[in-house]
Amino acid sequence: MLTFLNVESTAVLEWSRAQFALTACYHWLFVPLTLGLAMVMGVMETLYVVKKDDFWKRAAQFWQKIFGINFAIGVATGIILEFEFGTNWSNYSWFVGDIFGAPLAIEGIVAFFMEATFIAVMFFGWNKVGKKFHLSATWLTGVGATLSAWWILVANSWMQHPVGMEFNPDTMRNEMMDFFAVAFQSVAVTKFFHSVMSAWMTGGFFTIGVSCWYLLKKRHTQFALASLRVGAVVAALGTLGTMITGDGSGVDAARYQPMKLAAAEGLEKGGNGAPFSVVPGIEVPKVLSLLATHDPEGFVPGIEDIKAGYTLPDGTTVPSAEEKIKRGKQVLAAFKGYREAKAAGDSAAMKAQRQQLDENVAYFGYGYLDTPDDLVPPVPLVYWSFRVMVGFGGALTLVLLLVVWFDYKKRIASMRWLQWLGIAAIPMVYLAGQAGWIVAEVGRQPWAIQDLLPVNAAISSQSAGAVMTTFFLFLVLFTILLAVEIRIMCKAIKKGPETK
Amino acid sequence: MATRGKWLNFATMNYSNALPVRIWRFYVDGFRQMTWGRTLWVIILLKLAVMFLVLRMFFFKPALSGMDTETKQETVARNLTH
Repeated sequence: MLTFLNVESTAVLEWSRAQFALTACYHWLFVPLTLGLAMVMGVMETLYVVKKDDFWKRAAQFWQKIFGINFAIGVATGIILEFEFGTNWSNYSWFVGDIFGAPLAIEGIVAFFMEATFIAVMFFGWNKVGKKFHLSATWLTGVGATLSAWWILVANSWMQHPVGMEFNPDTMRNEMMDFFAVAFQSVAVTKFFHSVMSAWMTGGFFTIGVSCWYLLKKRHTQFALASLRVGAVVAALGTLGTMITGDGSGVDAARYQPMKLAAAEGLEKGGNGAPFSVVPGIEVPKVLSLLATHDPEGFVPGIEDIKAGYTLPDGTTVPSAEEKIKRGKQVLAAFKGYREAKAAGDSAAMKAQRQQLDENVAYFGYGYLDTPDDLVPPVPLVYWSFRVMVGFGGALTLVLLLVVWFDYKKRIASMRWLQWLGIAAIPMVYLAGQAGWIVAEVGRQPWAIQDLLPVNAAISSQSAGAVMTTFFLFLVLFTILLAVEIRIMCKAIKKGPETK
Repeated sequence: MATRGKWLNFATMNYSNALPVRIWRFYVDGFRQMTWGRTLWVIILLKLAVMFLVLRMFFFKPALSGMDTETKQETVARNLTH
């Protein structure tokens, strides 16, 4: 019997998870603004080149400065996550090595060469290279950053829905069999566009917020109104894209991670025509089925259904959690038997054990669980995070509509309450983004890799004290970085754009 | 007879306009003319130093480092089956 969950291991697991969550949350403070502001400054510089008006050049330069501050503070914060893979999650790192190797290597090359080359042209190239070449460099900086995000999200999506690989019990690794299945599976495509669109929302609403601050202070009014309009366009594209891809994420969750969807809805017992929970006690009939299956009468399993097993409308039977755990333990026994037979040089036994292993390898991770309750993520956290994400998403849409309407009516420059609302959109968009990642990552617990490796088997053998120490080191380091970013950014915003 | 003219005549080649030199100057001038960017570079370098020279060297030793491939496989197999 596995003994992963003794007191010390539980502490290591919880601190390792907390550390990863802390690092990922801080990293995601910087990334969406980079991707979103890339759009804002790209649009502004395009307007400069097309209209040949220096006003847009100064506007683009100002937002490039803000982009640069965010980029400088945020760059390489993601590398910490890779440190953690090797130190805190060594079993996981080895287990997935071949799958993660390719996307992360491509990400490293793309990030380094593309961003390093074009960002230099963007910052150093004003008045040194041609307008169109500079404009290309500005757009390619954004494209490079976005392509980097693609490969990271491919790796993340594989953990949510592992495809295109085969487990090799000799090397102890999942080996990539189909690169395109890994890189372009529906979960990866949806997650990429959902994340990038939400980043455009961040960039757009950040621009709206800063512009509203200038309007409130009655400074740089022409620049603020122009920036606000570009921000509104980027925010509108981002909001629309986030809604469309959010629908795709819901369908993917229903198909591949039904427990995550059930937890996000707090759905104990599911069925056909499942209602959507607005908040506890207020439900909208059939809407959950509609969102999850695009059919108001579609079947959505609840937490208890998933634990007890259920039959899909097409007749497919999904085994109960107990059955999955039983098969998982058989797979682990076959895996252990295979290794022992290999050590003893017994090829007949190896073949027999390998056959058993291959037949039920889809349940590998269930062998590390003890009871069906181990399959249930922290429901209140996932449920409320989902409502924070959707709630702030709705509120931001309303803010956007008000901003666009009153700007069209040429009244926004004198509407202080709307200017304050525009400023409030900045924390709102960040909270929505963070809550979205909590839904995605806490919602898939207990899995590090869906169905294949739970977090309690993925961690390294080390002391909880060591992980605690680095947790607090990161907390201090990242908090300093964030404070420095806010300080430098506020200083740059207070200074404002160049006036000539 | 075919001639290659100035393109391969090292004596007449204008080194100051060669592409690598121009790229080098582009970067050097860019760094020299930075204003607020200097502070950001200091932050980037400090951050990378803390990450790689302190955290990576003293706090983040990969659990499987120093092992050959076979030992890594055995260690992970043992961890996942014990």
